[in-house]
Amino acid sequence: MDLKAYKGILVIGEQRQGNIQNGTFELLGKAKELAAKLDCNVSVLLIGNGLNEQHGKILAKHGADNIFMTNDRNLENYSTEPYTKTITKFIIENKPEIVMISATTIGRDLAPRLSARLKTGLTADCTSLDIEDNTQNLLMTRPAFGGNILATIVCPNHRPQMSTVRPGVFQKQEFDVKKPLKINCVRADITEKDLNIEILDTVYEKTEKKNIEEANILVSAGRGIGNKENISKLETLAKELGGLVSGSRAVVDAGWIEQSSQVGQTGKTVRPDVYLACGISGAIQHIAGMEESDLIIAINKNPEAPIFDNADLGIVADVNQLIPALVEELQKVNP
Amino acid sequence: MKIIVCIKQVPDTTEVRIDQKTGTLIREGVPSIINPDDKSGIEAALVLKEKYGAHITLLSMGPDQAELALIEGLAMGADRAILLSDRAFAGSDTWATSLALAYAIKKIDYDVIICGRQAIDGDTAQVGPQIAEHLSLPQVSYVTSIEKEENSLKVKKVFEDFSQNIRIKMPCMITVLKEINQPRYMTVGRIFDAYKENQVERWNIQNIDMDPSLTGLKASPTQVKKIQTKGAKTAGKVFEVDAREGARLIVEKLKEKYVI
Amino acid sequence: MDFRLTKSHELAQKLFRDFSINEVKPIAQEVDEEERFPSETVQKMGKYGIMGIPFPKEYGGQDADILTYVMAVEELSKVCGTTGVVLSAHTSLCSAPIFEFGTPEQKAKYLPKLNSGEHIGAFGLTEPNAGTDASAQQTIAEKKEDHYLINGTKIFITNAGVADIFIVMAMTDKKAGTRGISAFILEKGMPGFSIGKHELKMGIRGSSTCELIFENVKVPLENLLGQEGKGFGLAMKTLDGGRIGIAAQALGIAQGAIDETVHYVKDRRQFGKPISAFQNTQFQLADMQTKVDAARLLVYKAAFLKENKQPYSVEAAQAKLFASEVAMEVTTKAVQLFGGYGYTREYPVERMMRDAKITEIYEGTSEVQKMVISAAMLK
Repeated sequence: MDLKAYKGILVIGEQRQGNIQNGTFELLGKAKELAAKLDCNVSVLLIGNGLNEQHGKILAKHGADNIFMTNDRNLENYSTEPYTKTITKFIIENKPEIVMISATTIGRDLAPRLSARLKTGLTADCTSLDIEDNTQNLLMTRPAFGGNILATIVCPNHRPQMSTVRPGVFQKQEFDVKKPLKINCVRADITEKDLNIEILDTVYEKTEKKNIEEANILVSAGRGIGNKENISKLETLAKELGGLVSGSRAVVDAGWIEQSSQVGQTGKTVRPDVYLACGISGAIQHIAGMEESDLIIAINKNPEAPIFDNADLGIVADVNQLIPALVEELQKVNP
Repeated sequence: MKIIVCIKQVPDTTEVRIDQKTGTLIREGVPSIINPDDKSGIEAALVLKEKYGAHITLLSMGPDQAELALIEGLAMGADRAILLSDRAFAGSDTWATSLALAYAIKKIDYDVIICGRQAIDGDTAQVGPQIAEHLSLPQVSYVTSIEKEENSLKVKKVFEDFSQNIRIKMPCMITVLKEINQPRYMTVGRIFDAYKENQVERWNIQNIDMDPSLTGLKASPTQVKKIQTKGAKTAGKVFEVDAREGARLIVEKLKEKYVI
Repeated sequence: MDFRLTKSHELAQKLFRDFSINEVKPIAQEVDEEERFPSETVQKMGKYGIMGIPFPKEYGGQDADILTYVMAVEELSKVCGTTGVVLSAHTSLCSAPIFEFGTPEQKAKYLPKLNSGEHIGAFGLTEPNAGTDASAQQTIAEKKEDHYLINGTKIFITNAGVADIFIVMAMTDKKAGTRGISAFILEKGMPGFSIGKHELKMGIRGSSTCELIFENVKVPLENLLGQEGKGFGLAMKTLDGGRIGIAAQALGIAQGAIDETVHYVKDRRQFGKPISAFQNTQFQLADMQTKVDAARLLVYKAAFLKENKQPYSVEAAQAKLFASEVAMEVTTKAVQLFGGYGYTREYPVERMMRDAKITEIYEGTSEVQKMVISAAMLK
């Protein structure tokens, strides 16, 4: 394989119902950084139907140097084979050295299929991407083993080097676009044979996880939040973080939250990625139910509260003042 | 209907601990389990078998001890189990693994291949779709329900904010989510039968007519360059600050952990 | 000698562990507090073969062995003493005597449903005036032309309120003493057969312990189990086997208490460190586990002997004597290590302590076990 024949970074854009997804912009921001190190261009390929200049402008603003789009009714919504075929053909013709894809349910269906067809490597769910100094290879770092280790993966002898990245991992960036917008149309040759599945219906629903044992992020209430009304503040915060509200036995006994959301010895044992203990003192029965959480952040007025012994980060403050401040800070990061 | 379920034996990552002194993974004493999504794949096949009649073959690639995962699957009710094991496969990445599995599958009669969405040790979600690609099969991933029609399956696929009902012609490959079902337990009698009759077939690279140069470490496009453990969990820091500063510190921490 | 479990036994143990943790543990406290028989668990146990472990496939059994059955009782009892005894009484005291002493017709009629868990079994020997002195039976079975007519009362019968099949001892010849006792298979709903008072107990509160009342119950002749006049021997042999089951229950309760304690002492902090850092805690735990491991060897050995058709009544008595006393000691120490919390219902060790006590009493008190053991030594 002539590695030198491959040049440039390609971001596979993702649109749903014509809306470009945040993950695409985040990838473009990162691609721009990598492109500076490699001294190359960033291209984006957006697959869909009815795409227009507006789509092009916003892609350019977020860092795309070259914009490629399809307009084909067979590609309006994601389907494995038509998308795989179109992108494979594009990659073979344009020979990018790096391909980046969002690790969404769509990207994680598409990327492995592409990599197998292109006979190249793929690294999923990267949390950091960089360029190795001497080789110019892409360094793809990802968590594995239940998040207990970080592995840095390279794909030295095959091109393109492919990676997927979960939305939210990188920051999107905005750029001043000086050159006039140019949209390159990509033709897709989708035949009847490629339409190998039949989509019977599509139901738009925000499937909420209601079970605290399955939540990745828990905002957990303790007696320190004062009264039932303050639970709504925690709910706002949980919503902002995409998590759920749980609580200690004290707040369940007080009737502030449902028994099914109780964490601890007589409640449920949870191990979310993040456990935010709000006004929980940290009685042993409570600790037993959450000590395995990946990241424990505790907020409590009392600096002597035992919860701080188990926390990765402790803030001694009034939880009812801190939560609204935290919601504001989060909104700044993710408007 | 003939079903192949691909399963992987994985360390129970919920039992993995970090050595507080050295910051390395403690693997000793960590039990091996059937990967949870794959176990749901076995259950999905068993449900199809109960509803429509089916013959279920379990296929796993791994070292000798992966036999246990297959025995467990037999004890749940699968009909046949094949362990694909050969030194030539050592060091395979998902690309080389999926190719070897595809070679093995070519030797088995099937209508449907069911894989779990992803394994808890690697979390890549790549092997299922890559098998499908190597075999040029249509696929649906992220499936939460399966019904059989005459020559096709009707499945429900979930995305982040929507779901689709999809008809897919057999032969095909689907990957299932853990949420699709609650896997049954083994039965006592089947455990003893599985061992008595030594039901696990062992296949090596010759059995699947695969050129050794196509698999293993050397045939894997990706290579592991470096492994870091997250390190020992150090006692957390406690800050006495005002609400605004506290909020900022929390946001900082959440960013560091890629939560936001 | 080889102390390792076979691969099949290891995997069966994993099944019992997974089942106990996921299906039994979550409702153990509720079963205790509400004195509720865990029907839903028993149904699931049937589905996975746990209700018919040591019996051949031709009778719907799992074709596994006594050790596997013992491990099932042990694992269930680790998290719930009630569920452990339900299985033990069903298997050892009802299915086992039918399998060992029944006619081919009786086996074919009763065992498949018992082994699948569709039917639950019970065993009636104890009477108000015949406890440890089981020979003082007052329940009478009069032989008529085509049936036996049974009258009398049994008490403290495990599983009674939920059972479908009962092994019942009755006097067919009052003058013959123990040689006048015969065993019968009774079915729920036979006219004149009713279930009396439900006992309120200190422990194993979810198990259904009731009176059996027989008022002119007509039992067909073919329901005689074994020979007429051989019922006492049948009952004693059945109890020999039952003791292995109860010993396994005691073993499980004790190990369960240790497991809870080990977890707790690592979390609980006093004087600025976890209480596991104190030597008292460490030494207590060492004693507790050593005794439980010793008990396990006795229980597994008795199971091995029974499986291999060797005499085992002394070993079964030793296993039950030792395991039950260890269970009482270990659970008491567990409550002590938990301190005030151990005395509350927030933690399971107080329940385990209450559950442990019965293992020193039923299916032969500790004193009876000592009689059995010493009699063999002094004969």
